[in-house]
Amino acid sequence: MMLRFCAMLVAAACLLGASAIDGFDFSNPGLADRYRVLLSELRCPKCLNESLASSGAPIARDLRRAVRRLLEEGATDDEVRAYLQERYGDFVLYDPEFRMTNWPLWVVPPVLLLIAVVVVARVGVLRRRVPLTKREREQVARLLDDDR
Amino acid sequence: MNRARLFIPMAVFAVLACFLFLGFTLRDPHELPSALIDRPFPDFDLPILGKPGARVTRADLVGQRRLVNVWATWCPTCLAEHGELSRIANETGLSIIGINYKDDPSEASRWLARHGDPYDFNIEDLSGDFGVELGVYGAPETFLLDAGGTIRYKRVGDVNEDIWRDELQPAIAALEALR
Repeated sequence: MMLRFCAMLVAAACLLGASAIDGFDFSNPGLADRYRVLLSELRCPKCLNESLASSGAPIARDLRRAVRRLLEEGATDDEVRAYLQERYGDFVLYDPEFRMTNWPLWVVPPVLLLIAVVVVARVGVLRRRVPLTKREREQVARLLDDDR
Repeated sequence: MNRARLFIPMAVFAVLACFLFLGFTLRDPHELPSALIDRPFPDFDLPILGKPGARVTRADLVGQRRLVNVWATWCPTCLAEHGELSRIANETGLSIIGINYKDDPSEASRWLARHGDPYDFNIEDLSGDFGVELGVYGAPETFLLDAGGTIRYKRVGDVNEDIWRDELQPAIAALEALR
């Protein structure tokens, strides 16, 4: 019983997801592809981390309609992105452009990676096994013999 | 052994703690910085709520400083801020225009009859398309327009006494000082 209910929920969720993005017929099939790509790159302003493609929020539906209208009117992908960015800010772009105000976003991760590489390399150097010299080997042998 | 190196973990912890603390004090991540500040209020041509056949355009908003408040009957926060909007309209005489956002017009009219109507008139945005033009992503949202029809301030969420005193009033005073 529970299982069947869960299955129904899953089926309903799939239907929802499908209708979210496939609900529109385009006059030109090329537009539908661009529409899908654009929606996956644009972020729903209400839901923190969901693309317009996956969100079921009413505002995401409105924005999908706006994207579709712009595409049908002949807007380029950049124009669609600019339209939403003008109204909702950088937040809607999953891939924001490099600017003076957001440089840490772009610069910090490579810098952290560099630091990590340096640290790992240094630790590696420190821990590398240095082979014993002949004298040291004799010394070790002598010490071990003493123990017996 | 270099004793200073013993402090490295503590330094790392201190830096992390700083960032995490900043995380607490940052603004609400749900609140987006408005991209439309200091931009002209967008053009539109839409019906007026409760006046069949009547339409309103951007030109009807220009010429006077106004609040434009996006609201709906399905929005509980809109009801919560309604008292404050009514007080502002009554006590300051500031013009408030409503945008009835994705709502049922007859229900909206009943809502206004029941709770009072602080609006000069209400613009009907049934589809939410004008909301998209305005960068609205939830209700309530409130814009302050100067007499030239430029957006000078935007509030996402309710307008309450604190917001009026700490944000809207100073924003209006700044417009006053410009003149």
